[in-house]
Amino acid sequence: MDLRFGDSKPTDEERAAVDALLGPPESAWEGADDRTDTDLRWARGGREARERRDLLLPGLHALNDRVGWISEGGLDYLCRRLTVPPAEGYGVATFYAMFAVKPRPATVVHVCTDLACAARGSAQVCAELERDVGPAGSAGSGAVWQPSPCLGLCERAPAALAIRAGEAPRAAVVAPATAEAVADAASAPHEAAAEPPAVAAVHQAGADGLVLLRRVGVVDPGSLDDYRAHGGYAALRRAFALGPAGVIREVTESGLVGRGGAAFPTGRKWSATAQQPDQPHYLVCNADESEPGTFKDRVLMEGDPYALVEAMTVAGYATGAHRGYLYLRGEYPRALRRLRTAIDRARARGFLGEDVMGQGFAFDIEIRRGAGAYICGEETAIFNSIEGRRGEPRSKPPFPVEKGLFGKPTAVNNVETLVNVLPILIEGAQAYARTGTGTSTGTKLFCVSGTVARPGVYELPFGATLRELLELAGPPETLRAVLLGGAAGGFVRPDELDVPLTFEGTRAAGTTLGSGVVLVLDEGVELPRILLRIAEFFRDESCGQCVPCRVGTVRQEEALHRLKDRTGAAAAGDIALLREVGQAMRDASICGLGQTAWNAVESAIDRLGAFK
Amino acid sequence: MTAIPLRPPRRLVDLTLDGEPVRAPEGSTLLDACRAAGKDIPTLCQGDTLTPKNACRVCVVEVEGARTLAPACSRRVEQGMEVRTDTERARHSRKVVLELLASSTDLATTPRAAEWIEKYGAEPDRFGADAARVAEEPKVDNDLYVRDYDKCILCYKCVDACGEQWQNTFAIAVAGRGFDARISTEHDAPLTDSACVYCGNCIEVCPTGALSFKTEFDMRAAGTWDEAAQTETTTVCAYCGVGCNLTLHVQDNEIVKVTSPHDNPVTHGNLCIKGRFGYQHVQNHAQNRD
Ligand code: SF4
Ligand code: SF4
Ligand code: SF4
Ligand code: FES
Repeated sequence: MDLRFGDSKPTDEERAAVDALLGPPESAWEGADDRTDTDLRWARGGREARERRDLLLPGLHALNDRVGWISEGGLDYLCRRLTVPPAEGYGVATFYAMFAVKPRPATVVHVCTDLACAARGSAQVCAELERDVGPAGSAGSGAVWQPSPCLGLCERAPAALAIRAGEAPRAAVVAPATAEAVADAASAPHEAAAEPPAVAAVHQAGADGLVLLRRVGVVDPGSLDDYRAHGGYAALRRAFALGPAGVIREVTESGLVGRGGAAFPTGRKWSATAQQPDQPHYLVCNADESEPGTFKDRVLMEGDPYALVEAMTVAGYATGAHRGYLYLRGEYPRALRRLRTAIDRARARGFLGEDVMGQGFAFDIEIRRGAGAYICGEETAIFNSIEGRRGEPRSKPPFPVEKGLFGKPTAVNNVETLVNVLPILIEGAQAYARTGTGTSTGTKLFCVSGTVARPGVYELPFGATLRELLELAGPPETLRAVLLGGAAGGFVRPDELDVPLTFEGTRAAGTTLGSGVVLVLDEGVELPRILLRIAEFFRDESCGQCVPCRVGTVRQEEALHRLKDRTGAAAAGDIALLREVGQAMRDASICGLGQTAWNAVESAIDRLGAFK
Repeated sequence: MTAIPLRPPRRLVDLTLDGEPVRAPEGSTLLDACRAAGKDIPTLCQGDTLTPKNACRVCVVEVEGARTLAPACSRRVEQGMEVRTDTERARHSRKVVLELLASSTDLATTPRAAEWIEKYGAEPDRFGADAARVAEEPKVDNDLYVRDYDKCILCYKCVDACGEQWQNTFAIAVAGRGFDARISTEHDAPLTDSACVYCGNCIEVCPTGALSFKTEFDMRAAGTWDEAAQTETTTVCAYCGVGCNLTLHVQDNEIVKVTSPHDNPVTHGNLCIKGRFGYQHVQNHAQNRD
């Protein structure tokens, strides 16, 4: 590989940030300042040097966390350290929304303008910020604010996230946000008021029948002993008693299907991975919940972090993986802190590491932070992102169970799916499967947001109806529609509230459960604006790889702009255009993002009579 | 006698194409099978010397039982597959993809684009005059070749040719995301400040003319580019012992660009800077010197 670096040099700060992650450079070949005698005789390079490419994303975070943006000199130094061509490093840095390659102030405030926040007044927050602080993107007094896609804080909408770079970087969540609180957080993120505990999002806390949420608010999220005192690590112990095949059998018999949206049987995925002769196997936990309106995984990770650590260990044991990557979305500072602590403590106590629980099984977990890219929740895009490439989905086949992370057999599971494995092992598959319906077993987490009295995460057995769920959350007096399944899902009318919340029930009703988003809109909502926001979201989040999605999402947004204040005959032409483009996106896009980008808009037109 | 290693015989796979039973060697793509059966499937991002990226999606076909359409250029044949190449759905996607491309980029120098637009009844204008376009100015920053990304369909071929598939120079990559994604050098620097070694292999594989010889770019601007009047002569590069094949494109007794045959088993169409661009000495005639 030809590697050519320009003349730009890193600043001392940038060098320190990269060295803190990678250690000091060992030779001039790696970017050390002085050439030694040996450097003149030995070249460093080759496969070994290139194999560290997966540290590119953590390296970009290191630079961005320290300085607030990524300069030429800093990026070149990082690329030199990792033997990554600088053009590719630049391509990766510019892929993620949380990174900048142009100078900007150390403090960046992301103000969510996505669906749930829009329904609860984010437009006003932005307007006030514009008036008091200045327009979005313009730097005033050391801080800049910018609109952002969903921050996963929908139950406390409208939300904002302030991030200050520095030697000890800070992140502060402001939710519910006012312009004043946002401005305060921007000027002093370290003084921002503490967040309410995770359990504040769980209105059912303490109620009977909670399975996945039962420890949230009960257990001390920082304490391994407390976790064990509340039943923690009983599932892993049982897993060791059953053996890997036994665990897979239980999971298969429980009927557990993936909760990330695709509803694929987890047992089948695990057994397919376990059976691959190619080694090593990997486990990836998809904790990149970026679907607008989703925050259940955050509440689980913040409220019961050891549960995820234990569940990942079980999954690693069953699938024959000795390494698990926890791909966590970049916008979750508290979940990151708690999981880091949980993993460190579990390791220190022998629940992770070379010899888990003295059973001779080696397993460890590494956290990888995303950097603001919805597409990285797609299972193959995660691989590219972890590997230090642009988070572009790969085409399937080959499927991840055959060729996944680093080209090896990989099981990818979402947080909620994994956490389900604990009750399955503790109660047994039969007992677990008694909850729910025949094909949708167990319980499901729903993220209820929008105009309800008590937005939050709710856990219900599969088969409960949408009406029952809304009753718990306090529905608005005048309901206009419910968006089920998020931006990639579909709308449900007020007269359809008896739809059972199961995979088969929602499918029969022409919508989807997706990842469990239940966004409630009252009569006050301007439907065309919501649709426009959905289109804008997909336009922004398309990876850009394939034409139907890259250009199709732009044409969709343009048409919805034109349709904003049009109805009836004046709208017919653009609706026909939307249908044609939507059909091609659905049929010909590489991945689920493009394939579903037109779902919600289509359902609004067909089921809600938008633009009639 | 030189021993010629024989590949193990490839198994044949049975499938049907538009209802007709066909057999194709295991591991071949649907596109191979279609072409062998004489079917003309449009392709843009597919290249004969590169691993397909299947990003353009004009080659989509319908595979029985699949939820979405499949890119013929990269989907491998499977035993018992039933494939339909010309269904309403496949034609629709091709039409829309061509419309989306033509409405956002300049396909004027893309071979066969106009023909396919006509064939599939694509109407790129129907997105209106305000439809967002890539809208890039040509980058003319060196004397050898021009990057006109207004014509770029982001097929990734140049990236693959410059990077791990051929040249191993990695001077260009995709930067940005979504509609703002562009082929770019590191830090978006001019080519002269990048890692580029001017092998021109990216020009060789570019399907749209977004990358072109400076000579061609200038002649097109001057209105003197006339492909019909050009002759092509394949010869051997005289610079070094590798002996690559060069195809000289000559118009009015002047070399206007150099390509290389893709079916050459050694070079597969790749050259180095000398073979690709160092042709001036050939036409350094006495009358041209002063
Ligand atoms: S569908 Fe969209 S997000 Fe998915 S690969 Fe294509 S461009 Fe990328
Ligand atoms: S410049 Fe040419 S080869 Fe490169 S991506 Fe664009 S169209 Fe493809
Ligand atoms: S093109 Fe380059 S490598 Fe090939 S023969 Fe000519 S000088 Fe040698
Ligand atoms: S030629 Fe197959 S996707 Fe482009």
